[in-house]
Amino acid sequence: MSTSVTKSPSTGITTKWAQLTATPVRRHFVAAVIGLIVIFAVLESVSTFRQSQLTSVAYLAIAAGGLTLLTGINGQLSLGHGAFMAVGAYTAALILRAQDGSWVVPVVLLAATAVSTLVGFVVGVAAARLHGPYLAGATLALAVAVPGLALYFSEYLGGEQGLTIPSPAVPTFLDDAMFFITGNDLSSTKFISYISWTLLVVVFFLLANVSSSRIGRRWRAVRDDEVAAELAGIDLGRARILAFVVSAACAGAAGAVLAMASRIAAPSGFTLVLSLTLLSAVVIGGLGTLAGALIGAALLTYIPPVVTNLGLDLGLSSLQSAELAPLVTGVFTVLVILFAPLGLVGSYRKWRFTRKFARKGEK
Amino acid sequence: MKSSISLAARVTALTAAVALVAACGAGGRDETEETSEGSTVGITDTSVKIGGHFPLTGVASPGYSEIPTGAQAYYDFVNAAGGINGRQIEYVVRDDAYDPTTTTQVVNELVLQDEVFAVVGGLGTATHSAVVDFLNEEGVPDLFVSSGAIMWGNDPEQYPNTFGWQPDYQVEGKIIGDWVLENRPDAKVGLFLQDDDLGRDSEEAVRQYLDDQIVEVVRYTSGNTDVAPQIAALQAAGADLVLGFNVPSYTALSQLTSMRLNYDPEWFYSSIGSDVNLVGSLLGRFSEGAITGAQSLEGMISLEYIPGVDSTDNPWTQLWQQVWDEHGSGEPLTNYRVYGMSQAYAFVQALQAAGENPTREGIVAAIQDGGMDFEGPQLAPYRYSEESHLGISGASVFQIQNGVPEYLTPVLQTDIGDSPVEEYTGEPATPPENGIPE
Repeated sequence: MSTSVTKSPSTGITTKWAQLTATPVRRHFVAAVIGLIVIFAVLESVSTFRQSQLTSVAYLAIAAGGLTLLTGINGQLSLGHGAFMAVGAYTAALILRAQDGSWVVPVVLLAATAVSTLVGFVVGVAAARLHGPYLAGATLALAVAVPGLALYFSEYLGGEQGLTIPSPAVPTFLDDAMFFITGNDLSSTKFISYISWTLLVVVFFLLANVSSSRIGRRWRAVRDDEVAAELAGIDLGRARILAFVVSAACAGAAGAVLAMASRIAAPSGFTLVLSLTLLSAVVIGGLGTLAGALIGAALLTYIPPVVTNLGLDLGLSSLQSAELAPLVTGVFTVLVILFAPLGLVGSYRKWRFTRKFARKGEK
Repeated sequence: MKSSISLAARVTALTAAVALVAACGAGGRDETEETSEGSTVGITDTSVKIGGHFPLTGVASPGYSEIPTGAQAYYDFVNAAGGINGRQIEYVVRDDAYDPTTTTQVVNELVLQDEVFAVVGGLGTATHSAVVDFLNEEGVPDLFVSSGAIMWGNDPEQYPNTFGWQPDYQVEGKIIGDWVLENRPDAKVGLFLQDDDLGRDSEEAVRQYLDDQIVEVVRYTSGNTDVAPQIAALQAAGADLVLGFNVPSYTALSQLTSMRLNYDPEWFYSSIGSDVNLVGSLLGRFSEGAITGAQSLEGMISLEYIPGVDSTDNPWTQLWQQVWDEHGSGEPLTNYRVYGMSQAYAFVQALQAAGENPTREGIVAAIQDGGMDFEGPQLAPYRYSEESHLGISGASVFQIQNGVPEYLTPVLQTDIGDSPVEEYTGEPATPPENGIPE
């Protein structure tokens, strides 16, 4: 009782903080707000090129975030998420080519998410019946087949050379507002960077909540023991389809951002390499963790150019430096799997957990 | 009481915060427009930095990755002779693995991070389409795209900074159609097309001449390595002359497949798919050594628009050989390296035409105004003008006889649309004494 009367300001703040972080949703909300502030500060202070690089990190992370939930929490392996990015990208391309207005960006993002959700549902219904290598094979086929559709319907989807996409116009009111606050013009590159990172925060906020909710617990139950989950009254198929749909929706939204950033949707941009890149981002970062998806995406975006430039600085020819980049990425992935099999974030968490546990044991 | 004070404090704090943000903010925008003589990004008193995107790794890298090595050798040659107006040419090559998404990233890096003066020789239709808008918005000269699509030059109003270089697919298609009409008037013609703008533009051009002669049209999508159904369809239709508009690997595949099917028509490939050495080595690889080298391509007809490595008497080829011996990597000179050098030669000409103090606007204007008169290895002149940014206007038909190319025609010249195919009567240019354009 007496503590509340003699409450000092500092403990007041602590209580406030404790209140703010009392439930997972509140914690995620606080993290999202902090994330947005950091993003604002970073994007305003880096060069245009860095902004465009950060955009790539964001869209890869959004897609990897969805995949990490599917694979890490629900236990379904997908080698074909690049296909859903293609669906999102082509949806975005068709809309952006048809019209351009102040509100076109949210429309594009919503439409891309909706279309890929639909495709994800259809594929998910089939995927829910498959396991392990069969599921991997089916999704692999998807990754190979979807870019082929663009060739088959080349009249509408541009065929081999793809659809070029006009960069979405920066809404005037937003440009003026940003100029008022920061004194910098909102260039097209920075605008897309803001879109991608804001989307990343929104998607991760939603995914984190889903993951810590009843739905997330069901997914884990299905992953860990099918029989036990079914006995507990969980509909296995429904849980699997839902996980698949959610991750496909993320990939679709990411594909829309990719299309806006790279200004083209072409089959050669959605090869198997993209799907495997997503998977290795998830594996490097740590299966099932959103932070891991972000770190994995960042590493896979930054390693190739850094290695290439390092090679050039060391006097290698452009060709040799270019060949060095995939080699180093591959070796790095192998090393992570060998020495940190849970991924960077997963292994860090395990290390912290065992340390905490050991200390409690001493007491 | 306490709560009302804290409410007042909150309101005050909020007002103060808003006022602070407003004071910190930059407020309204200055309306003054910056005026300048022209952009000199990438240019210093001692250097000019240029860049290009090429598939150095991945599926498209065999052959194409050699283009920048040729260009690099020629720039090294020019730099060793003192550069252009005292400026050394610094050439940055970035790998896009033929993936348009990566092209966007590396071209962002070239333009925003490396701050290149111009992008020279960016390769690929899909890949370059991803960046052509960006380059034109940023005002970066986008010179000599390594692709035969007509979009790089047929509408300079849309892309004022972009210039094509090699003959576009329509020019090649028309020259081929015209030659067949004249020399094989009774042939039953089959078309073997890559299912993209290469096949589409070429077919349209060929049909201007051969609409009545064409008995079958087949298409393949790149990536699908089984072309047996297509070749069988050509065989069934009785085509005795097949015009191939495809990339080198499909020249090899179509040759192998037709051998397997005992189908032996006359083959005429457009220049893009006819690199004898590359096709020969691909044939060897695909057939696991059963067929070797160029002898299997005996009788093949194709086009050439710059002298290649087989024309050893040509002074340009001799120059390229000298450059490659002095500055190359020690590997043999190939037609792709010659392509890179010829393109680099055109850039050096453009840089010189832009004057002592080149600007981005200046070099674009210089090519547009004087590019038609640039003398170089190209067999027919460039078409650069205010109305057109398309490159080389013609080519010559050759046939592989006894393993070496024999020319069947003089240089034939034409343009897009319905302009006629005519013999080019200008004198072939010879390289300057020191190998560097004046």
